[in-house]
Amino acid sequence: MASNNNAGKKKSRWAAGITPYAEMGYYDADYEPRATDILCAFRLTPQPGVEPIEASAAVAGESSTATWTVVWTDRLTPYEHYQAKCYRVDPVPGTDQYIAYIAYDIDLFEEGSIANLTSSIIGNVFGFKALKSLRLEDMRIPPHYTKTFQGPAHGIVMEREYLNKFGRPLLGATVKPKLGLSARNYGRVVYEALRGGLDFTKDDENINSQPFMRWRDRFLFCMEAVNRAMAATGEIKGHYLNVTAGTMEEMYERADFAKELGSVIVMIDLTIGYTAIQSMSKWARKNGVILHLHRAGHGTYTRQKTHGVNFRVISKWMRLAGVDHIHAGTAVGKLEGDPNAIRGYYNTLRANTLLADPSQGLYFDQDWASMPAVMPVASGGIHAGQMHQLLHLLGEDVVLQFGGGTIGHPDGIAQGATANRVATEVMIQARNEGRDFLNEGPEILAKAARWSPELRKALEIWKDVSFNYESTDVPDAVATLTV
Amino acid sequence: MRITQGTFSYLPDFTEEEIRRQVRYCLDNGWAFSIEHTDDPHPRNAYWEMWGLPMFDASDLEGAMFQIEECRKAFPDNYIKVNGYDRTKGRQTTMLSFIVHRPAEEPGFSLERTEGADRRIQYTIRSKAKVAV
Repeated sequence: MASNNNAGKKKSRWAAGITPYAEMGYYDADYEPRATDILCAFRLTPQPGVEPIEASAAVAGESSTATWTVVWTDRLTPYEHYQAKCYRVDPVPGTDQYIAYIAYDIDLFEEGSIANLTSSIIGNVFGFKALKSLRLEDMRIPPHYTKTFQGPAHGIVMEREYLNKFGRPLLGATVKPKLGLSARNYGRVVYEALRGGLDFTKDDENINSQPFMRWRDRFLFCMEAVNRAMAATGEIKGHYLNVTAGTMEEMYERADFAKELGSVIVMIDLTIGYTAIQSMSKWARKNGVILHLHRAGHGTYTRQKTHGVNFRVISKWMRLAGVDHIHAGTAVGKLEGDPNAIRGYYNTLRANTLLADPSQGLYFDQDWASMPAVMPVASGGIHAGQMHQLLHLLGEDVVLQFGGGTIGHPDGIAQGATANRVATEVMIQARNEGRDFLNEGPEILAKAARWSPELRKALEIWKDVSFNYESTDVPDAVATLTV
Repeated sequence: MRITQGTFSYLPDFTEEEIRRQVRYCLDNGWAFSIEHTDDPHPRNAYWEMWGLPMFDASDLEGAMFQIEECRKAFPDNYIKVNGYDRTKGRQTTMLSFIVHRPAEEPGFSLERTEGADRRIQYTIRSKAKVAV
């Protein structure tokens, strides 16, 4: 960043020393993004005294070809082609922030590599001294690049056909307590929850292979539970066996064992890294096992509005990387999530074509070019009494996970599961009949509770539970996004 | 035991009027409506017998309801389900599928275990019902 530049004395582009990024070609207000370009929207807060256009050009420069000083070796390349170009900078009203739009030529990126894409775009610039803070808000990924990725191992349609479950949200629960149960006790929770009516149970992100329960023992007991529940209900059931481990070799070993035992699904954590996720996606496609991703750790960089990476970008990367499930928020539960922003994440994961929509924080159109959809998972502090809101906000292509809301049922785990299933089915029935289920929801549930003692108990115990805190990350006013 | 496949198995069996409302939902969405039946409700039996072809251009709600009744008369001891299918690009799959008729007795399934080395178990689920084919 050229703070020592002699203002007014314009020197040659190639003179040794420091030249503002904007003058080196990293800002071009006339640039028309090409259909093959990868586009980014960054929210940046310049340090006091730093020109927003120069700050934006610096982001373009440092995330593509530039370094801090002029280098003559640029002239050995068609550098204009490889330079990222900031083509638009909009102030965010009422703040010291700006949205910078930057276009990157597709040649800057290796085919099929999230690691390479992210090393370029978020590799260096986030520590840049001239910026107070920087956030990657959204990306437009063109079909030319999308098509170099495998994408979801199965996708929503294949998953539903495989599981023989249509027309309603899938239901799951994370086994609780998340740490400390022995393998045999753990399997008991799985059996009860599945036979009671859930489709899935789940390891938590930090259940891997600890002294109180080693992975192999857990897998064996869980598969006994899954198969018993299938025989008891006549439905296909699954438990997300978390294969997260310290090395790829160990993850493959665990995943292979899960497959041999007949598990329909395995699970990984976001903490394993982008390359490991892509490897597991290839494994999942090859072996016909659904791949569930827990977004462990994302809150460290997705939550703050002015710095980090927006979750909608993580959603795009994970659809490319090829997971079948991803936790994407509940809006009404215990974890961060503004309803409009969450609608944007869900649409990003599920739709084939999206139009830019400021109200959902979507800065660009996005064409997924028929890449299969990722099933969003809503988990964390939700219960049967919110079913009308959940269906309204999240739709039916979603896994609703009621951990405490199943296992905490006073009459038992199976009863908790039944309460959730009854609530789901009765709400789908009402929606399909054309009723105003959002407003009539409590009444619809109360009526079902008259014949379902399981639902009645659940509604009584959790009726007043809600998590009404203000979100830290809300899409901007419409004004910043309209042309 | 009551098998719980299908969208509405945890609700009390639907009345004719409740079935009609769900069929209307399928037709209103422009989905192809179909009826299938089986004596083998194994969880992985993807191919129940088709009761005629899917009704692709159906707008005749009462015609669809009539076919459900005809299937019920012909196979009172089988399971019968109805499906709504969406041919829209990117979807191209079943959107709703629920059981509208069950046999008086539902014998359920047995779970067979074949024990292997290292505590491994191979599981096989068998229909207890007498399967015709």
